Amino acid sequence: MPELSTVHHPLYQLRRTPFHARTSQLCLPHNWRRWGGCIAVGSYDLGLDREYWAIRNHAALIDISPLIKYEIGGPDAARLLHRLTPRDIHRMQVGQVYYTGWCDDDGKLLDDGTVTRIGEKSFRLTAAEPQYRWLSMNAVGMQVQVTELTEQMAALSLQGPKSRTILNLACEQPVDSLKYFRMAFNRIAGKAVSVSRTGYTGDLGYEIWMDAADALVIWDALMAAGHDYGITPTGILAMDMARVEAGLFMLDVDYTSASHAWIAGQRSSPYEMGLGWTVNLDKQGYFVGRRALEREHREGSSWKMVGLEIDWEGLEREYAAVGMPPQIPASAVRGSIPIYTGPRQVGYASTSTWSPVLKKYIALVHLQQPFHAPGTRVEIEVTVEHHRRKSPATVVALPFYDPEWKKK
Amino acid sequence: MASNTYDAIVIGAGHNGMIAAAYLARAGKKAVVLERREIVGGAAVTEEIFPGYRFSEFSYVVSLLRPEIIRDLELPRHGLKILPLPSTVTPLDNGDYLAGWDDHDLTRREIYRHSPRDAEAYDEYSRVMARAAKAIKPIIGLVPPDPSSLSWRDMKGLLKLGQYAHSLSEHELYRIAKLVTQSSADLLEEWFELDPLKGTKAASGIIGTYLGPRSPGTAYVLLHHYMGEIDGAFRAWGFAKNGTGGVTAAIASSARALGVEIRTSAAVDKVIVRGGRAAGVALANGDELTAKVVMSAADPKRSFLQFVDQQHFPDEFVQAIRDFRVRGSSGKVNIALSGLPDFTCLPGEGPLHRGAISISPSIEYVERAYDDAKYGNFSRQPYMDIIIPSMIDRDMAPPGHHVMSCFVQYAPYDVAGGWDDTKKEAFGETVIATIEKYAPNIRGMIVGKQVITPRDIERIAGITGGNIFHGELLLHQLFFMRPAPQWADFRTPLAGYYFGAAGAHPGGGVMGAAGKMAANEILKDWQ
Ligand SMILES: Cc1cc2nc3c(=O)[nH]c(=O)nc-3n(C[C@H](O)[C@H](O)[C@H](O)COP(=O)(O)OP(=O)(O)OC[C@H]3O[C@@H](n4cnc5c(N)ncnc54)[C@H](O)[C@@H]3O)c2cc1C
Repeated sequence: MPELSTVHHPLYQLRRTPFHARTSQLCLPHNWRRWGGCIAVGSYDLGLDREYWAIRNHAALIDISPLIKYEIGGPDAARLLHRLTPRDIHRMQVGQVYYTGWCDDDGKLLDDGTVTRIGEKSFRLTAAEPQYRWLSMNAVGMQVQVTELTEQMAALSLQGPKSRTILNLACEQPVDSLKYFRMAFNRIAGKAVSVSRTGYTGDLGYEIWMDAADALVIWDALMAAGHDYGITPTGILAMDMARVEAGLFMLDVDYTSASHAWIAGQRSSPYEMGLGWTVNLDKQGYFVGRRALEREHREGSSWKMVGLEIDWEGLEREYAAVGMPPQIPASAVRGSIPIYTGPRQVGYASTSTWSPVLKKYIALVHLQQPFHAPGTRVEIEVTVEHHRRKSPATVVALPFYDPEWKKK
Repeated sequence: MASNTYDAIVIGAGHNGMIAAAYLARAGKKAVVLERREIVGGAAVTEEIFPGYRFSEFSYVVSLLRPEIIRDLELPRHGLKILPLPSTVTPLDNGDYLAGWDDHDLTRREIYRHSPRDAEAYDEYSRVMARAAKAIKPIIGLVPPDPSSLSWRDMKGLLKLGQYAHSLSEHELYRIAKLVTQSSADLLEEWFELDPLKGTKAASGIIGTYLGPRSPGTAYVLLHHYMGEIDGAFRAWGFAKNGTGGVTAAIASSARALGVEIRTSAAVDKVIVRGGRAAGVALANGDELTAKVVMSAADPKRSFLQFVDQQHFPDEFVQAIRDFRVRGSSGKVNIALSGLPDFTCLPGEGPLHRGAISISPSIEYVERAYDDAKYGNFSRQPYMDIIIPSMIDRDMAPPGHHVMSCFVQYAPYDVAGGWDDTKKEAFGETVIATIEKYAPNIRGMIVGKQVITPRDIERIAGITGGNIFHGELLLHQLFFMRPAPQWADFRTPLAGYYFGAAGAHPGGGVMGAAGKMAANEILKDWQ
């Protein structure tokens, strides 16, 4: 009998993105991760340095095709998104992009992503997880079509100080006038694309959306245009460090979707996640979670996600006690670490990382009221040579890193 | 005879009986297990039906075996290994298939290929079922209370007993209440549109019952099977090294190491009653054994209508046991093969062969299979759950050869006209012809086949009625009503006589909970 290799059977493996022919050639250490049911490059090099610094100094080219994408169209498209999210969608202009979370009836986050107004009656929604069912349930009685574009639409993120220069070379129309969180149609290598000034790194950056069939041509065009500007294919591990510096959180790492939570305590509200600015309680009409969010707004939240900077001197002291210099993992750590004041645990870190640009050890932390006020001194657990120690740290406002050119 | 005096006698060396004896021995009691057959294991046995080909003759997959029993009895040290059974593939009549792999993303992708809507519903359905299973699971480990009425309030109160149930909202509790009363078809139709997905899921709601997917109560059975657990991971089914007999061999070895005596070819005829108490047993060969307590780990009909004279029980108890539904509805066909069958939907050797293959293209198909049974016939197009154990454990068949296990429903115990050789052969042929539709090369590879009807289950495994769970897992035969109202705490109306097998709470499957809990109750009563 012919041996059907598990490895090559197309339906017994994760999806490949439209850029696979390029990314798989470049992914030298075979460092693959999974993202949204796809295999995604963790890193193209054995270490993360070159890719990380491309984000902060040149331009990193990141395949973000695994993002879940929907097109929402029809006379009630705006109504649906207005109902689904806490943002005022009716006020959104064509070409504008909103970042938002969306909640269940208890005002707890289900997922987060971006909403782009493509036209008067059409929007694009990105999400970390499939939302078709939730969208359909909320669209009952509305004139609206929800179409999933995840596989038909490829996407690249070009992030870093040189991204604008490179896009100006690659695109038919210059992108100079494209403002932060706006989207415009353009062409690259003759192919239609939409370019949004968005990203997940907290740097100057753009996301380029295209038909999957055009993916390789556009990849090649960007690589060629960026060659002299340090364009660097970058995996999701370097992006993970950058997004922590930018104070951006991740589903299932920094919060649990209310739809997955085993217990009530695992759920998070937008306020607790520092997304109070996206909750527009003045907007007209009902939206999912409104009553619960109004109550939380009135009564205050018991937790909040904020930044934490770990004192380097304290860390040095703990390690010096056993005769070592501080040992810091070389990539972002997705694991819960307890935070204390004195003997009392007041919260935990969900992602921590060394920040190469800030030269600081930082973490996204979830702290009880009142310990989340910036400037509060707390202690974080560190494991020094197999022993648990505590090291002093300071609560700071997010983001950790916010270069002036990000929004300029 | 001094050597025939024990602290405890256990009737039946199924896994429950041996587990109970092992726990009694662990507590310092001198225990003996008496088995009518020449081998131990009951419905969990491995037998070499054809030279070189070994079959899990009856029970063939493991998931419910309680982890605390595995740890307490040190079963891994006694040889227990549960190997992964990672997938379920449902071949379709149009040449395609629907697969459920052991990876969330792969499964999602596969369902998405057929129905994007169901792919998402599946995620949520899985979460809802996992929560419900988690809420109900602790109840399996509890001795059922005895509520005086059976209102839904009581049911809810019962559910609340589960330590985790506290974390559930009202909303979720009502969902669970619905789950235990609904038909599996109704439940699944609320969630899915894809026929093979619904058919395959619904099938697990009818296993061991004399019901179809549209019969109320089957949703609970579906949930019951959702509770499988391996090493603490929810819902994973596995295949025991050396077949299901590997599980009972490990239990027997552990029991013996703890000092349990196991006697085979020792059929019990009667429980001896002295002064209103069970005082021992009389074997069919005339030997008598005495003990402080006797526990039956055989099926309920034998335990209460055969071993003990009815004068020792209240009438209503006897009536309840008479009414207990034990009508067998499932059969098995075990096939020895000279090669690996090639399935047209996924040609070549592949992952399909390492998992379950489910013949369940739609709810309609399964319901029609039931229609035949309703009128006393075996299904002309049966539901089947097939595995190829030799692909999971190479020691099950000679190199290059294979064994195939086909669990088949429906095959009524009391088939119209009765089971004779011709009818058995016709049943076996129906099974082969059904597989042949999806794997045309199978017929030419058949080295031998063993056809098992509920009559054979009764005859070989000694289960009255041939029901795989010693009695259907119906709501009115569960919890505080299994095997009879007021007698679900492993005690019986006869002092000194206990009952702890599949016909007791929490029910059938190679789970061990009944045996363990019965031993605990015996020890509690010990003076
Ligand atoms: C065909 C089939 C397939 C199944 N598939 C699965 C499966 O895949 N997974 C699963 O978890 N479960 C399955 N089951 C169910 C499971 O096998 C049983 O529920 C379980 O094995 C019952 O164990 P027990 O110890 O309670 O009783 P049994 O295993 O039935 O043991 C009872 C013992 O009592 C003995 N006995 C009877 N009368 C006397 C007497 N007079 N004197 C002495 N001994 C006596 C019998 O010989 C037998 O050994 C299946 C069952 C069958 C029949």
